[in-house]
Amino acid sequence: MSSTSATPRTSRTLAAAEGTASAPVADTAPRRLVALIGRARQAAILVVLVLLLLATELDNHRFLSSQGIKDLLLDAAILMLVAVGQAVVVITRNVDLSVGSVLGISAFAAADLLAGGANPAWAVAAAILLGAGFGLVNGLLVSFGQVPALVVTLGMLYVVRGLDSIWVGPREITSQSLPAGYTDFGHGGLGPIPYLALIAAAATVAVGYYLARYRSGREFYAIGSNAQAARLAGIGLRKRVVAAYIFAGALAGLAGALYVARFAYVDATTGGGYELTVISAVVVGGVAMTGGVGSVYGAALGALLLTSINSVLPALNVSSVWEEAIDGFLLLVAIAVDRIVAGRVTSALRERSPHHG
Amino acid sequence: MNDSTEVSRTAAGPEAVNLEAAAAAPPGSGPSAAPTAPILALDAVSVSFGAVRALRSVSLALAPGSVHALAGENGAGKSTLVKVLAGVLRPDSGRVLVDGEPTVFHGPADARGAGIAVIYQEPTVFPHLSIAENIYMGRQPRTSFGRIDRAKVRRWTADLFARLGVALDPDQPARGLSIADQQMVEIAKALSFDARVLIMDEPTAALTPAEVDRLFSVARALKAQGAAILFISHRLDEIFDLCDTVTTLRDGGWIATEPVAGLGADDLVRRMVGRDLDSLYPKQDAQIGEVALDVRRLTREGVFTDVSFQVRRGEIVALAGLVGAGRTEVARAVFGIDRRDAGSVQVDGRTLRPGSPSAAMSAGLALVPEDRRAQGLVMMHSIERNSTLTGVRGLTRGGLVSRAAERGRAADWAARLELKYGRLSDAVATLSGGNQQKVVLGKWLSTAPKVLIVDEPTRGIDVGTKAQVHRLLSQLAADGVAVLMISSDLPEVLGMADRILVMHEGRLAAELPREGATEEAVLAAATGARSASEPAAGQGGAGVAQ
Repeated sequence: MSSTSATPRTSRTLAAAEGTASAPVADTAPRRLVALIGRARQAAILVVLVLLLLATELDNHRFLSSQGIKDLLLDAAILMLVAVGQAVVVITRNVDLSVGSVLGISAFAAADLLAGGANPAWAVAAAILLGAGFGLVNGLLVSFGQVPALVVTLGMLYVVRGLDSIWVGPREITSQSLPAGYTDFGHGGLGPIPYLALIAAAATVAVGYYLARYRSGREFYAIGSNAQAARLAGIGLRKRVVAAYIFAGALAGLAGALYVARFAYVDATTGGGYELTVISAVVVGGVAMTGGVGSVYGAALGALLLTSINSVLPALNVSSVWEEAIDGFLLLVAIAVDRIVAGRVTSALRERSPHHG
Repeated sequence: MNDSTEVSRTAAGPEAVNLEAAAAAPPGSGPSAAPTAPILALDAVSVSFGAVRALRSVSLALAPGSVHALAGENGAGKSTLVKVLAGVLRPDSGRVLVDGEPTVFHGPADARGAGIAVIYQEPTVFPHLSIAENIYMGRQPRTSFGRIDRAKVRRWTADLFARLGVALDPDQPARGLSIADQQMVEIAKALSFDARVLIMDEPTAALTPAEVDRLFSVARALKAQGAAILFISHRLDEIFDLCDTVTTLRDGGWIATEPVAGLGADDLVRRMVGRDLDSLYPKQDAQIGEVALDVRRLTREGVFTDVSFQVRRGEIVALAGLVGAGRTEVARAVFGIDRRDAGSVQVDGRTLRPGSPSAAMSAGLALVPEDRRAQGLVMMHSIERNSTLTGVRGLTRGGLVSRAAERGRAADWAARLELKYGRLSDAVATLSGGNQQKVVLGKWLSTAPKVLIVDEPTRGIDVGTKAQVHRLLSQLAADGVAVLMISSDLPEVLGMADRILVMHEGRLAAELPREGATEEAVLAAATGARSASEPAAGQGGAGVAQ
């Protein structure tokens, strides 16, 4: 995100977008154009987010109170974590539909250990390990089984949910059986910033930095962009794909443990249907399902935006029946914008190609 | 640049005595070009794909400080050989030797580790990543804590481009690059390895003459530094210009390895073709009738421009050109699969509705696509189901397909096409490539087309089946069908076609009559070369078939 082209000369960049710049200017304009659009995507989400929050605040003055901000960030933190993991998988041109189920079973595992008096650190670690284990199974099936990720992880969605139901049965774990310190942590924070949001932000930045600045991180993008070229470049595809799934599973497991801290309630249905919200957040955040494009920062912003919309509606006294329709609409708009912008960028770049046709 | 001089292995060692007396000092080569022990060699390597033997016991040795050409027609096994050297394919038998040591490459990474860089015929880029990342993926220079040194990646890429004389921005994403620019990226990538062995599989197909010159001067510099280079090109003049030694393959077998000096173009072509063209490509004389297909000023922006031609009944017209010249795209637009921006298509004087394959089919047009797996066949369905897919209408009774009628028609076609199969109910996937191609042909022929468009009808099928397909096409023409044949197989084009249309970069570059058409003339037009020695060639180009 911090490249040398921090001060783009807007006039030329716009000219390039319209394809009117003269050909001999084979300089850095295309780079600026692309970098700008990459960031513009995240900037656009931020602008929408800020406008949304300000508009709501004008209507309802309690919305952006310290508690209001805290609630918003608390709600977003768990979605952000899972979306970041999902983004890594989607960047390799795969998908993980099992994250909701994995979150649910990890949450119950963590809560069960806590209720039994285990050390909270061990409970969190166990949730992460459990999630990583399911991720490993997903990754092995996808990369060695030559089965489409959609099918494998759809199967895992049901298998894990089934295991969860068998194990949990009608039981539920509530705040009475959980250590108070753990749930306090789930609500506590530095000023208006909850600990959970800090954890989510730290994970996002760490993963984002890794993907951008390390050889192995770049290979995730390479695989999603063109698997055949990645193979010829000597990249170990299976290793990376398995790693992406382990990663997504581990983050879903961590999110499960934090879910317990936040809501102090777990049963066999926890996390049901969550995978679709996660994928929406990832796509709204500009990570293309076709692989190779986007960043975890975008996915995290997408999660924040989706969460905000869901908090804004009650604050504006809009019936919650609108919630899903609006989420869906946003998803379609995001995809449409991506298509149009991608087409424009490609033709703008083609215009400047020295060979041109 | 990561100085290649550091790794350069000077070939002028004490053992650099002249082992190849016949090489007799190729012109312009200094003492550094003296042959030594090969860096990379193949020993009696064989590779088969199902029933097709792509390489039969081929041996090859690449010596340091020398450029070795690999010649042969399409399908001779050149690209298979490249894949073996690159570690993409494991040979069924035979050995790969690196510095004289038998070595097994478990994948492209192993070959790269042995200092082998490959420029593939078809560029393989990461469209979403920057050009610099494309070049250094997996090998980026690093700073502290293993982080990628992005400034260095960018600078090294810029240096590579400066060396190649290319004006590309290292930070631009690879998508939107023309094929030629993608090829330059591939070349830069190969150079960035400081490779001891550089393999170039038709690197020049899409390049301009100036770019080819730059590439050659870089290749000569690498050679002077002691690298071994394997060069593949369909342009014979390039082989004579750049290479020291040439190995010829034919139908997967080794034919000859000899110094280029003293060899004539005729000799080389004879080794490549090695058989009597007329007997292999039996175009019967057919009564040429009225115009059946009339394509006028067909244009699709950015793909092809102003393409006009006619095909008459009984005529086989070949559409030749390099990969990427737009031939397949023209065929798809004619048939209505792809949209067209301007122009018209008439079959028997009736104008076709654009963008409607079903209208094209009912007007009597048939298209046998290039990629039969993806486009022509339903691989998991039976032979009979596939071969009647296009003609279901004639087989229905009360709206349902009659199985008996379906089987009857399929059996009829299987006999006419000399199909080799177990049962008609077997899945098409069980057939060999050549027989699959016959099923595709049968599928379309059962519609009794007036105009048949075939795209690379014999790519990847064995010689015997090839001849059957040729006989079949010829028979169809004799029956009054107008045939448009897209082919990259030059002997096939020259042997089969009554007329040859040559495309270059989306335009018709030449129209050559059967008599007087030569490989050189077709290649010259296809590569955009304006050769003065070909007065008969490029002339018809401007006003092709008005």
